Amino acid sequence: MSVPHIPILRQGVPYESLDVQTVSNVAGSTPACEVSFACADMIKHDLLRIAGARAALQKFRCEDLVNICKHAADLFLTDTLPVGSRGDMQSPEDYVRQLAMTSGLPHTLIRMNMKRLHGVLVQTDVILKGLTRGLDLSVLDKGYGDQNGSPVSFAAVTDCLGVVLPSNSPAVNALWVPAIALKIPVLLKPGREEPWTPMRLIEALKKAGAPAEAFSFYPTQHDGSGAIIRRCGRVMLFGGDDTVKEYEHDPRVEVHGTGYSKILIGEDEIENWPKYVDTIVESVSANSGRSCINVSVIVVPKYGDEIAKAVAEKLLAIEPLAQDDPNAKLSGFANPKFASMIDGAIESGLKDGAWDVSESLRGGRKRFQSRDGMNYLLPTIVRVPGWGHALSVREFLFPFASVIESPQSEMVPHLGKSLVVTAITKDLAWINQLFACPTIDRLNIGNVPTNHLKWDQPHEGNLFEFLYSRRSFQIEQIA
Amino acid sequence: MSSATSPLTPASATEQLDAHLREIIDWHFSPETGCPFWLDWKAKAGWDPRKEIKTHHDLVRFDHFQDEWLRDEKNERFVPKGMGGRPFNVFETGGTTGLPKQRVGWDDYKHDYEQFGDNLSDEFFPRGSNWIMVGPTGPRRLRLAVEHLANYRGGSCYHVDLDPRWVKRLIARKQYDEVERYQAHVISQAVEIIKHRDIACIFTTPKLLASLGERISVPGQGIKGCFCGGTSMTPEYVKFLQVEVLENKAQFVPTYGNTLMGLAMSVPEELAQNNYSVTYWAPQPRAILRIVDPDKTEKTMEYGQYGRVELTTLTKEFFMPRFLERDEAIRRHPHPKFPWDGVGDVRPFGFLENKIIEGVY
Repeated sequence: MSVPHIPILRQGVPYESLDVQTVSNVAGSTPACEVSFACADMIKHDLLRIAGARAALQKFRCEDLVNICKHAADLFLTDTLPVGSRGDMQSPEDYVRQLAMTSGLPHTLIRMNMKRLHGVLVQTDVILKGLTRGLDLSVLDKGYGDQNGSPVSFAAVTDCLGVVLPSNSPAVNALWVPAIALKIPVLLKPGREEPWTPMRLIEALKKAGAPAEAFSFYPTQHDGSGAIIRRCGRVMLFGGDDTVKEYEHDPRVEVHGTGYSKILIGEDEIENWPKYVDTIVESVSANSGRSCINVSVIVVPKYGDEIAKAVAEKLLAIEPLAQDDPNAKLSGFANPKFASMIDGAIESGLKDGAWDVSESLRGGRKRFQSRDGMNYLLPTIVRVPGWGHALSVREFLFPFASVIESPQSEMVPHLGKSLVVTAITKDLAWINQLFACPTIDRLNIGNVPTNHLKWDQPHEGNLFEFLYSRRSFQIEQIA
Repeated sequence: MSSATSPLTPASATEQLDAHLREIIDWHFSPETGCPFWLDWKAKAGWDPRKEIKTHHDLVRFDHFQDEWLRDEKNERFVPKGMGGRPFNVFETGGTTGLPKQRVGWDDYKHDYEQFGDNLSDEFFPRGSNWIMVGPTGPRRLRLAVEHLANYRGGSCYHVDLDPRWVKRLIARKQYDEVERYQAHVISQAVEIIKHRDIACIFTTPKLLASLGERISVPGQGIKGCFCGGTSMTPEYVKFLQVEVLENKAQFVPTYGNTLMGLAMSVPEELAQNNYSVTYWAPQPRAILRIVDPDKTEKTMEYGQYGRVELTTLTKEFFMPRFLERDEAIRRHPHPKFPWDGVGDVRPFGFLENKIIEGVY
């Protein structure tokens, strides 16, 4: 049976490589698609001509590009679109099935991610308003204009946005999409198991009227990723801690690594903890715990055992189900070795006073499970004795969190890098301390699950400020 | 001339190889002509290769040559008495730390590169035209060999050096920006020479060629032929270099070789029809490339199968039986130009299991 061939896109032009790799069904060895791979030097070569892609976008007004994004939202969600370079077509259901095959995600989560991406596209104007603080987008068409009564001018600092994408969550594609409306072409390197989402977004945007030249798409190996990272003027990089550490001080690179997102309950609210269990459960388990915005650390001043048990009990309901089961919430692992590696890492950390609360509630049933040829890890809450424990601040690709008891006064100093912190408190002094903490990227005060995002708030950096710089200017009439 | 077919058939090429093999074995294991290393080896081995090695099939009687010997033994121990006391060249292989591996030589590089030069196309490597070599020079055989090739074909050779050992160190330290700056420094020098001198032929490595192509139109600056080697190349990469960097105007001639072997040749005219899958044929009878089962190296793989590359060098200057290269390749059929086995789609050994720092320059 033939499968779609995902080509390289070289500024919109499909290119089939001689280096073809097959991405197989996670739950078996049947091929799901063939993918053309690009060599690093091809990417460097193409980047020499990337100004042409930017020029193609500059022919549009920002307002037109915003409308294209909005139109693409519905196309992405509901239309049958081309997939690959050999005439195959993909309905939304095909997309769900194909992505499930290669990523291990259940259909329900894929549909949820589709809706999230639809939401991003359809609210492009709201997002840009948040990113630009209400800038009249015609300023970007003209180069200068007025904002709140002051003259402003913005210049793009790059001809393209390179994006090295992960395989673990389709919704991360939401982060690059607004670049198109900001007239910056994208150069995407998909995750190995996930060429589907960026390709479908590109097809939707093209069908809605975006110029094909704006989209470069390079499945590639590590050296190709390196070429994108080092040669693009601005880069969004998703990766593990080692990758991210290498580039965290490079102002051209916006790094998206592990989130180490946390929920804190203040001393003023801890007696009400049962009211917040559902928020914690959602924060740990939404999107099968695969996102950087999922909570991996729960910090409370007391009742640590009780809270760990209550959260773990609710998470018991999440079990491996058939991928197309409408109740499925847990994703299998696309790379079967990862499940056993993660399981081993947790097991080896369960010492020095740490214990697996979930396993004891499951009556000893093991965390590692297999179903339909896929490996799963059951949601796991571990109780750890303090901040210094080996499992206290860890993040894994499944619903996992540690529960730490800590006096409120010691929470902020121990937080470390935290993509999202939800602090459940009304204590103003402590709230001020949290707002002043430089290692918190996104701060929610109150009963807000960490996975709830507001579209008018930037996520992990402001894309507009990343792609544009404000310049000083004066215009004098010449007599 | 490049399009000529060999006067040999596979059978006569084998006969020629076996006759050459017996001559070389006789030379290296006779007290009158052999070198201390192999004569001492024979004394300890308990068998005399002169009596027992009659055809290339018998070479499996030897264990694999260990390249550490080229570091641990003094070079003088590899000097055949038959060389009559002529001073020798010392050539080095890669290496990044400590004493590098070295081999001695006299005229082998000239023979190897003349044989190679006879196979180049006069259209793309015009006789009398000048060359530039952009790549590792220093203590490497390549430095003298490419210049000799240029001279042999009636031209002169310009050089731009690159130190691969420094590049490997930078990569090991993850100083990728420094690698790019160093590469740019090398390429800037090459661009200046190419722009201001009459040069039609180039030797360089694949990555340097691609880098050069970022700075100039290589054929647009008068380059007609590019002889390229040093690292493995996937078919897609070969296609990229031929079609996009050389714009299908200059000829791309990939080679496979090293200080220990000489130069294995390809058939550049057939690259496109073979979907840019490159096959190399050893400079037989002076060297033999065999694709072996990695787990049972006396066994030759079937045609079309991947295996580890085993190299035997058979010259009067250097005898090296059954050296296991750090590469794997597909065993390919003889070609009318080279009627003996070839090795195709060479890639680092264990490619699918390991990540190897390779192709760094």
